[in-house]
Amino acid sequence: MADDLNITNTPNGLSHEDLVALRDGGVAGRPAGVPSSYDHGESIRWTPKDIADIHAMSRLGRYQIRGFTTANRRMANWNDLVFVPATATRLPLEGYRESCETKTVLGDRPGLVSNPIQLDIPIYIASMSFGALSASAKAALGRGASTVGTMTCSGEGGMLPEEREASKTMVYQMTPSRYGLDLEHLRQADGIEIVIGQGAKPGTGGLLLGMKISDRVARMRSLPIGVDQRSTVRHPDFLGADDLLIKVEELREATDYRIPIFVKLGATRPRFDVAMAAKVADVVVLDGAEGGTGASPELLLDHTGIPTMAAIPAAREALEESGMSGEVKLVASGGIRNGTDAAKALALGADAVMIGTAALMALGCNSPRYLEDYQKIGTSPGKCHHCHTGRCPVGITTQDPFLETRLHVDAAADRVARYLTAMTMEITMLAKACGKSSVHNLEMEDLRALSLDSSALTGVKLAGIDRPFTW
Amino acid sequence: MTVATVEAGDRPLRDVNRDIRALASTASEIVVTDPLSRHNLAVALTKDTPVRILGNVGYYCGGLNSGGMIHVEGDCGWGVGEAMAKGTITIDGYAGMSAGASMRGGLIHIKGSAGPRCGVAQKGGDIVVEGNIGYLSGFMAHTGRIITLGDAGDATGDSLWEGAVWVAGDIKSLGVDSHAVEPSSEEVDDVERLLAGMGLGDSTRDWKKVVSGQRLWYFESRDSSAWLMI
Repeated sequence: MADDLNITNTPNGLSHEDLVALRDGGVAGRPAGVPSSYDHGESIRWTPKDIADIHAMSRLGRYQIRGFTTANRRMANWNDLVFVPATATRLPLEGYRESCETKTVLGDRPGLVSNPIQLDIPIYIASMSFGALSASAKAALGRGASTVGTMTCSGEGGMLPEEREASKTMVYQMTPSRYGLDLEHLRQADGIEIVIGQGAKPGTGGLLLGMKISDRVARMRSLPIGVDQRSTVRHPDFLGADDLLIKVEELREATDYRIPIFVKLGATRPRFDVAMAAKVADVVVLDGAEGGTGASPELLLDHTGIPTMAAIPAAREALEESGMSGEVKLVASGGIRNGTDAAKALALGADAVMIGTAALMALGCNSPRYLEDYQKIGTSPGKCHHCHTGRCPVGITTQDPFLETRLHVDAAADRVARYLTAMTMEITMLAKACGKSSVHNLEMEDLRALSLDSSALTGVKLAGIDRPFTW
Repeated sequence: MTVATVEAGDRPLRDVNRDIRALASTASEIVVTDPLSRHNLAVALTKDTPVRILGNVGYYCGGLNSGGMIHVEGDCGWGVGEAMAKGTITIDGYAGMSAGASMRGGLIHIKGSAGPRCGVAQKGGDIVVEGNIGYLSGFMAHTGRIITLGDAGDATGDSLWEGAVWVAGDIKSLGVDSHAVEPSSEEVDDVERLLAGMGLGDSTRDWKKVVSGQRLWYFESRDSSAWLMI
């Protein structure tokens, strides 16, 4: 030991070492290291969340499950893109005065389908099942969508009469599980969506925990009441692209070529998957990694799929390369929060967008009411992602009859209608600023990227140098 | 009421199926000639007028059937009677993969053998196979019965919910979370009654009924030996 470590009798009675150490000396049991440095010095690898996750897994003996969407993942997002409105070289339209077309047609592939879907706005409500959502929530979404001339989609749990009645236009999903799949329901639909995957958990089937398998949900899905229902990811009667073509023909025969066929994909390899889907479908729905869900193994939410904004340009290129652009429509979804996100999706190449999580928030999800019930499930308004528990404090993602009464259907429907109107106003405001008389004329040239990664992911020109970031 | 003939051949499928649907309201029987193993024949029927198809058919014959009485005098491809709600389908020969996939009601009678995943995701009704059934038959079947008078392949009854696979012959192997039980005499009587009505009654059969072990129905299970099965 060096001599200077033995100095004692300093004026204030502390040893020299104590003074050097700011009185934060070693402690028994931990002879090396300074405690205060550990107090705030968590590892970027072993974060408090990672440690808590290990504790949870070691308690549960399985992966954790939750609802909502991708979290704890830094990825380039819509905020990394900005519009570059018309100035001297382009002419803007009057944002507060002139009109801008928002009508959107899906399924108008020439000469194939007699009744394409015509929407007044380029936004519709994403597929969310009865089971994941309460019947009241489904009905409110239907009414809200109908008020502003757009549509809903049934989701996995079969066709709910309340939703069909409320929705002027409705797409009926054919999922791998085929819960309650019924010829009559197919014929009542305005479109059929074949689900190959979803953005929240591509490559894995649906999940609905037993707390939400009520009598009615169980009956519609022909499942035992209360089981933790895990759905298939592969369809029971087709495997690849060739078989899918035959399956689509069956559905067209069953509906007499009247309504369009959608194919929904989780965004993983959009360049290839979209090229394949465009060969058989009238509409390709591409759901990015930020897509929400009522329940999923958490690892799939956070570690699978590619961001929506990266998937759209790749999908558009696939349509161009396969000669289907303009004939087959592209719908994008996943993490779209408002009209600006939607406008950016349209500019990147989508023909329409779908909103799920945002629509639930318009219904009242995460609103600051019934605080004690948020606390009971260990969360608070603004942070709640407990859709999987079925204990939704505001009556949206629950099958509990008492909780469901908290959703006032008429009021919630009005909120959805107003929110969709506001979103549409946001889209048209940006479109007009960019000099576009139709929201469908928005283009990638209207955007600039604020970060290298957002430019590299999308092909949008990097702000300043005005070139896409490439290698 | 007369017997009507619909030529399949190389006519557009849409015309063939439209003819079948239209004639179902006026004819006493419809005979489909030259099916040429074409896909999607006689799908989405709602009337119980007998439809007899003279030869082999491709995928999804009788798919989405909601009351049709279909008789195929030959073999069929994948997904015969998929999503059927009611009615009957009889196959004189062999059936490909996924016979009766996700069917909800009615009866499918296969006189030969059926390929893999017979009765996959079944949600009601009965499938009777006089020959053998392939691997993964009954995979995730919710309810209903798959009844084979022959043998069952690998992974029989994998991940069943409340469906059941009845096997008169041998079972090559059981699937994840399934096990074979001896059915009750009442259950056997019920199955034999169904078979007798089809001219297949035989009281000497040694039935094995494959059902779910229910070890994977709930996430709250702490049974690692169950979770590590999958």
